[in-house]
Amino acid sequence: MYCLLKLAPLFLAVAVCNGWLFGDFVGKQKEQDEISLWPLPQKFQSSAVAFKLSPASFQIVHAKQSSAGPSCGLLENAFRRYFEYIFGDLKKSEKSRKKVYDSDLVELQVWVTSADPECDGFPSLQTDESYELSIDEPSAVLKAANVWGALRGLETFSQLVYEDYYGVNKINKTDISDFPRFAHRGILLDSSRHFLPLKVILANLEAMAMNKFNVFHWHIVDDQSFPYMSRTFPELSQKGAYHPFTHVYTPSDVKMVIEFARMRGIRVIPEFDTPGHTESWGNGIKDLLTPCYSGSSPSGTFGPVNPILNSSYDFMTQFFKEISTVFPDAYIHLGGDEVDFRCWESNPDIQKFMAQQGFGTDYSKLESFYIQRLLDIVAATKKGYMVWQEVFDNGVKLKADTQIHVWKGRPQYQDEMGQVTAAGFRALLSTPWYLNRISYGQDWVNIYKADPQNFTGTDAQKKLVIGGEACLWGEYVDATNLTPRLWPRASAVAERLWSDKSVTDVGNAYNRLVQHRCRMVKRGIPAEPLFVGHCRQEYKGL
Amino acid sequence: MAHTGTHSQPVRSCLLLVVVSVCVQQVHGVWPLPQQLHQSADRGCLSPQRFSFTYGRDSAAQTGCSVLDAAFKRYFSIIFPDFTKGSENRLQYVWSEPQPFVVSVSVKTGGCDGYPDEDSDESYNLSVSEGQAVLRSVTVWGALRGLESFSQLVYQDDYGSYFINKTEIVDFPRFAFRGLLLDTSRHYLPLHAILKTLDAMAYSKFNVFHWHIVDDPSFPYQSRTFPDLSNKGAFHPFTHIYTQSDVMRVIEHARMRGIRVVPEFDSPGHTQSWGKGQPGLLTPCYKGGVPSGSFGPVDPTIDTTYKFMESLLKEVKFVFPDSYVHLGGDEVSFACWQSNPNVRKFMEKMGFGKDFTKLESFYMESIMNMTAALNRTSIVWQDVFDYHERIPQDTVLEIWKGEKYQAELSRMTQAGHRVLLSAPWYINHISYGQDWRNSYAVQPQNFSGTEEQKKLVIGGEVAMWGEYVDATNLTPRLWPRACAAAERLWSNEEKTLNADLAFPRLEEFRCELLRRGIQAEPLFVGHCKHEYDGL
Repeated sequence: MYCLLKLAPLFLAVAVCNGWLFGDFVGKQKEQDEISLWPLPQKFQSSAVAFKLSPASFQIVHAKQSSAGPSCGLLENAFRRYFEYIFGDLKKSEKSRKKVYDSDLVELQVWVTSADPECDGFPSLQTDESYELSIDEPSAVLKAANVWGALRGLETFSQLVYEDYYGVNKINKTDISDFPRFAHRGILLDSSRHFLPLKVILANLEAMAMNKFNVFHWHIVDDQSFPYMSRTFPELSQKGAYHPFTHVYTPSDVKMVIEFARMRGIRVIPEFDTPGHTESWGNGIKDLLTPCYSGSSPSGTFGPVNPILNSSYDFMTQFFKEISTVFPDAYIHLGGDEVDFRCWESNPDIQKFMAQQGFGTDYSKLESFYIQRLLDIVAATKKGYMVWQEVFDNGVKLKADTQIHVWKGRPQYQDEMGQVTAAGFRALLSTPWYLNRISYGQDWVNIYKADPQNFTGTDAQKKLVIGGEACLWGEYVDATNLTPRLWPRASAVAERLWSDKSVTDVGNAYNRLVQHRCRMVKRGIPAEPLFVGHCRQEYKGL
Repeated sequence: MAHTGTHSQPVRSCLLLVVVSVCVQQVHGVWPLPQQLHQSADRGCLSPQRFSFTYGRDSAAQTGCSVLDAAFKRYFSIIFPDFTKGSENRLQYVWSEPQPFVVSVSVKTGGCDGYPDEDSDESYNLSVSEGQAVLRSVTVWGALRGLESFSQLVYQDDYGSYFINKTEIVDFPRFAFRGLLLDTSRHYLPLHAILKTLDAMAYSKFNVFHWHIVDDPSFPYQSRTFPDLSNKGAFHPFTHIYTQSDVMRVIEHARMRGIRVVPEFDSPGHTQSWGKGQPGLLTPCYKGGVPSGSFGPVDPTIDTTYKFMESLLKEVKFVFPDSYVHLGGDEVSFACWQSNPNVRKFMEKMGFGKDFTKLESFYMESIMNMTAALNRTSIVWQDVFDYHERIPQDTVLEIWKGEKYQAELSRMTQAGHRVLLSAPWYINHISYGQDWRNSYAVQPQNFSGTEEQKKLVIGGEVAMWGEYVDATNLTPRLWPRACAAAERLWSNEEKTLNADLAFPRLEEFRCELLRRGIQAEPLFVGHCKHEYDGL
């Protein structure tokens, strides 16, 4: 790994901007060493001309032409957040106005161009996140169609500011035109194997915004616990959570997560995984799960959701009606993975039902039967759905806009991506990004190298790949170790999903990522080190 | 927490439960497992208001004993975590006076102002009965271990009342040297991260902090004799250093917890950062007959090197009170020495031929002798033994190479050396899943050799090398994984070989660590009543 370090500077000059209008500047400017943009913008041009930013005079403001104004709470909030990221949390006394010099950059004008800036809306899969950023004196201009693109541009702007040797904040003359390569760039957190306190979730939403992630996939419940407090079925968390008061997400907690995410342009997609992974549901809802048999009598244990009872579907109808109103996003993740058939097999009523339906002994048909009815229930709530790949593999009839989430290592995920897209479905990749799996050393490199479009297929198929998700499953993770385990390893996924496909130089990425992780640390995120070295400001928490 | 109207509840429920306690067996585990532990189902109630530590009448230490006074203060808050956070008026509505509980501590010898050392007797006896506990030990260090065990015996029921079962413990460590290595060179560890680690070490009864303080990447130790070492060799000369007062604070914090601080100044390799502040110390490497501008290990051929090392070791002796010093001696690359014509000339003069291990041996022998002359015991990494025949007999050898450490244990003990085992406990190496089980399965005396040889294994060390670790992830990576080795080094091996039996006790202990503010990561799915509150 030492050799990687030594080679990295060589790569830096070559790869930073993929040859777009850069030519002459390479080598001329020492300041380019300061480039720490992450993820790398699509088009980027910078010059050695640097402007100073004074905390006393610099402002982030709405451009005159902008459709957003002071009433846009989302942007006002973001302006303050990014001002603090750039200058630190200044005391008011220090903000007294000083003389403005010619070489100062006095403001960043944020210009939202669409008639509807979407200040009070929610981001969606269709959201245009592109932005243009032009930094020149006396004003920098950030242009975006809506607030979501403006948020991405603000993050980029904050990353362009650096401190020179005298501690002066500077920014170089720069032009950026940027947009994401994939529309769905997600992080999965699992709050069932271990309960994650609200502040851990919020801190990670902060970190996601720093990395331009835009989907929080909330694997909120599973076998081990049911921390989601349902209004319709309060007994689910009363009996299914690790603790009914301390280890639950109340409706206002959920609202807070959704709003906190919205302010950062992040969608919240909840996952309510069925028919497997539901042990904890059974504690609160009698008869929801299949009683397993040992010989000819019930063993006292329970298996997946019982797919042969109408009461199961009645429950799901009411439950998902609630979910569809609580979570504003157009999509719900319905799970559908890893259904263990042994319990179904043991149950005589299920066997009878199988015979009636003519399923023979093929329990995947029973699973499909369940899923199909569930999909109809969810479709009636006007939500789209995401499912894990098994649902597709088992041949369940799916709506055309269903998103198939690829997670398995076997068969090869490239083949699965090919098949899913060949069938015309939209695909999401997670297989190479199970970040809960750890190993010694710089494993971010392999994370970085994986590409969701790296499979055999037509261009049309490639277009069906809407993105991917980094997953941090919770078996070995809780509040104590989640954040350093996720960051900066998830940052590798962030760049793969945002930046141009050609941005693959590991040496160059290493240099930028080292700085990016120090930036996250400076902003209070305990992102772990990539390798030997130091940050000017080390992590102060603990 | 709602306080109004429920003030008296803890006490009342406590009294009620005493009655039924006989049928509710809630025996609480201790980590690491004491040598002898007998618990009964009888339990007594502890009221923070009526709880006290006292010195026994026959105790050599009495009030004014710095180590134990501080420990009483510390353990009171550990035993009653709600007390300091709780409401002020909790006691006002109590309808009956709670029973007092007194922990009487008696030590045979004083030594409250001394430092723990290799010969410290850490044994203790603890007897918990109704309304009192009697803790007896030879030294204050043994009393500290006993207080730790006592604190782990106290538990709370669902109403928040504190209980302790009748218990008899006879305990002593299996190995005298139970160490943990932190590396402050690959990444700088802020002082509070080190102090926090010392706290957690005491909870697991570790007793040696092996401070791998400097190495190739940086030299954060601010030397009083050679200030340029950190001025030029640290990541930053002001923010990324340990000042003399920082070091003193670490030593005192450790002393209060019965932990020795053994510094490592690794040479002749692993010294890149030294060269920046000490020109002429490192060997200039040559390329094609001319110096290449890069440097190798310490230059063992010139007198100035030994003068420098002697001054440095004198300072180390002055600053670090422990009688051990770790001199490193691992992973010396010979390529640079080979390239240097002066070194080659020296080899010829000394009759070393082309065997550079002889040159390394020559160097190590010199500084080991220097150390001995300063009345200090050297610890060196196994490389020094592997290469050389002549090693001062009282030198302690530390095994770090992963393969065949059992054979190495045999060879070293056969040669009559005392040995430390670290190879199977490099817990900076992480993998998915419950890797603590591997650490737990290690049997340090399971090698072929006589009883005498086995006795030469004085202990072991958990190593957390710093390549991928800094303040952001150190604590959850260390804990509770290091606890596995802690139990192996303290407890009776035959009673603690089954990891499945240890699992629930370790799970409980990790929740206890969380309760004490140590960011210990989970072993597997589940939850703690009091989850980690930080980020």
